Amino acid sequence: MTPQKLYEALKKVQEPQGYYFNKDHSMTMELMASLLENKNRYGYMVCPCRLASGDRAQDRDIICPCAYREADVKEFGSCYCGLYVSRAWNEDEIPHEYVPERRPSDKMPI
Amino acid sequence: MSKDIFLYALSTCIHCKNTKKFLEENNIDYDFVYVDQLSGEEKERIVEEIKKYNPRISFPTLVVDGKKVIVGLKKDEIMEACQ
Repeated sequence: MTPQKLYEALKKVQEPQGYYFNKDHSMTMELMASLLENKNRYGYMVCPCRLASGDRAQDRDIICPCAYREADVKEFGSCYCGLYVSRAWNEDEIPHEYVPERRPSDKMPI
Repeated sequence: MSKDIFLYALSTCIHCKNTKKFLEENNIDYDFVYVDQLSGEEKERIVEEIKKYNPRISFPTLVVDGKKVIVGLKKDEIMEACQ
């Protein structure tokens, strides 16, 4: 799997659901490469912006697309990583705010 | 005297990469660690260290002089703290 192939496959599934890739294409492609790196490292595509435990059950909520994407895109127009955004975010209709970590502390690996 | 600036980062995290780039563009000297590339006791030790500064253990976490903690690429705050 190449970053480009992953991009195309995810785009087809995610866009119809209202989740668009960040229009900053180089950033999006770097994140594609990071997802593949994590897949290689852990066996699943865990969020590149979070510290994984390496235990699939413990990391389940942060496997991309993470359990927090819906709430973050709804509130901020962007997921925590900035990979998935709303159409309005991509078209600069809403401000590009810092997205704080929504994952509860008790789910952290240590 | 120059400030002691330390960045806790993940090698895969785009916000961490952008923070490093921002520090470099502004000629701010810093040290960093990629927490995801550590293992065993060293990883545990570093995670405990981060917890003191940022209980959510999120990245990037930037620590200036062991006191000021900035979580996320907040350019204005970083510039103010590092100058």
